[in-house]
Amino acid sequence: MSAAIELVNVSKIYRRYTGRQFATLKSALLGRSLLRDLRPNEAFVALKDVSFSVAKGSTLGVIGRNGSGKSTALKLVAGITKPSAGTIKVTGRISALIELGAGFHPEISGRENVFINGIMLGLSKREVEQRFDDIVDFAELREFIDAPVKTYSSGMYMRLGFAVAIHVDPDVLLVDEVLAVGDESFTHKCLDKFGELHRRGKTVLIVTHSLGLVERLCDDAVWLDAGEKQLEGDPHRVIDAYLTSVEEAEQQRMAAATSKALASAAANPPTGDMFQATEGRWGSREIEITHVEFVGADGQPTFVFEAGDFVAIRLRVRAAQSVADFVFGVSVFNADGVCCFGTNTDIENMVSERLEGDAQIEFQMQRLSLVTGTYKLDVAVHRRDGAPYDYHRQLYTFRMTSRTRDVGIFKPEHRWMFSQNVHFK
Amino acid sequence: MLANLGTLLRYRGLIQSLVARELKARYRGSVLGFAWSFVNPLLLLSIYSFVFTTIMRSDKPETRPYAVFMFCGLLPWTWFSASLTDAASSLISGGNLIKKVLFPAEVLPIVSVLANMVHFALGLLVLAAFMIGFHHYPSLAALPWFPVVVLVQLIFTLGLALALSALSVHFRDIRDLLANALMLWFFATPIIYPYFLPTVERFLWLFRLNPFYHLAVSYQEILFFDRFGHARSLLLLGVLSIAVFLAGYWLFDRLRDSFAEVV
Repeated sequence: MSAAIELVNVSKIYRRYTGRQFATLKSALLGRSLLRDLRPNEAFVALKDVSFSVAKGSTLGVIGRNGSGKSTALKLVAGITKPSAGTIKVTGRISALIELGAGFHPEISGRENVFINGIMLGLSKREVEQRFDDIVDFAELREFIDAPVKTYSSGMYMRLGFAVAIHVDPDVLLVDEVLAVGDESFTHKCLDKFGELHRRGKTVLIVTHSLGLVERLCDDAVWLDAGEKQLEGDPHRVIDAYLTSVEEAEQQRMAAATSKALASAAANPPTGDMFQATEGRWGSREIEITHVEFVGADGQPTFVFEAGDFVAIRLRVRAAQSVADFVFGVSVFNADGVCCFGTNTDIENMVSERLEGDAQIEFQMQRLSLVTGTYKLDVAVHRRDGAPYDYHRQLYTFRMTSRTRDVGIFKPEHRWMFSQNVHFK
Repeated sequence: MLANLGTLLRYRGLIQSLVARELKARYRGSVLGFAWSFVNPLLLLSIYSFVFTTIMRSDKPETRPYAVFMFCGLLPWTWFSASLTDAASSLISGGNLIKKVLFPAEVLPIVSVLANMVHFALGLLVLAAFMIGFHHYPSLAALPWFPVVVLVQLIFTLGLALALSALSVHFRDIRDLLANALMLWFFATPIIYPYFLPTVERFLWLFRLNPFYHLAVSYQEILFFDRFGHARSLLLLGVLSIAVFLAGYWLFDRLRDSFAEVV
């Protein structure tokens, strides 16, 4: 199959004119440095030697974290900026949904803006006329179409922009993260429109952070990171690889957050009512918690878990002298501060007898089924009457991820059952 | 560059509708609306007439009726200076288009020039009304030259507008500089005073270096004085204008790729 979009060894270097911040025409002329000043003095590589192609009639999703060069790639394909090196070939009429309603003039009516925007995007006046009713109906703005655009809400503005752009009927459609333009029903309409374009053999290039969208709409995916192509191919495979790398980055972030929290807890001992404190560490230290870590099924410390994974909390403690009265406790809080679960050895009827020297405690959860989010942990060792030996309040952070976007707190093991006359695609 | 000039023709529909938008949006929300296109030159004219005929009494017998005489030079000048002022900020205020839409950037300064040309055309109606009012008519023999002067001015203005708009993306100070340069240029051109003033004739060689001198003299000769003896200079300026246009377009084209990044 022939390629509708083809990038070969494309690089884009953005020039930064830092030294020119205060340079003026006068100084440029006096110093005879007009041409020299127009030359950059610092370069930022936004894309480095990237090649990929999109077959005619297929949909490609570009994913990657912020600043990975996704939008730059899209602008290059659209022809808005030129590559510093390499070649880009696009066959057919392009329409780019980069910023919706970018050409709208606030003072004139929606109707006039539809015409001008349509012409800007490459339609003739007659073509806009033919599509005008479809555009207005799609945007759901029939009553307001003769009002000046400055009176529109931002949602109306974006809907009109989207409606015009999608009705340009391009051979190649470029989309940059613009599906969040309306309520649920409008989003569905947009997705249906994409489906329709796909069926009609149009080529679509989507840049997005919504991995679900890529899985749903795209035939292929490309993962960019720091301007370089990491992987390309089947969306599931690419997304998995991307998520793995994101998890690694998150691990590092959480490790950093934890050590920072510990350091600040050590530097600022809590004052006043300690149980009001949102985070910190306090206690008599007759028994000291020296180390806390999260452990996965493989026994290795980690910070990121998949919902339903085995999770263990491993504590190392030290008692300088023999202690007979002690209780170990843990509790897990979500980002809203809601306690998802908490327990201790006393609640579970374990009666302490003796602890001396270094010891290790592991609290194992066979399947921790919490919904996606960041969680904080309290760990404590205290007397049965509650007097703390060492209380660590919300100093440790871990993250649950999930492929499904369920809501709430807890994710029970579940399955759906349907009678035979209920059908899904 | 020539290929780009060719695609420009493809965008004439866009230029047309943008000019229309510019004109519509300009007076949207004002009470007088489009009538401002007539009222503006009228007010300007009454101010200048009042200053130069009542306060300073600098009108000569040859330049009576002074209002008509001055209007012949003032109208094209307003077109010229407003075009350049608008064009200099056109790329910056249209930055959203350049960055987010695949869009030939030269359309923006061209629209600035053409929108002001429409105002110029409307101003001509006011001028015609004045001529009828003062019973001072241009000669039919010289009138065919009128479209030629307009064309030369259009090409000349377009060239400068393209260059200024491209440069002001990189040097924002051009917009401030321009306002003052235009003020100087205005007084250095025989618009409020006739070109046969003794001072002008003493420094004629200097005046002749000013391209707008030839335009102003042509307008005044065609529309006010019943003779047109400036044809050779005008045609020479026409050739120069084409060169200015090509140079302006070349400069614009060279800086084009930087617009989306710097704006």
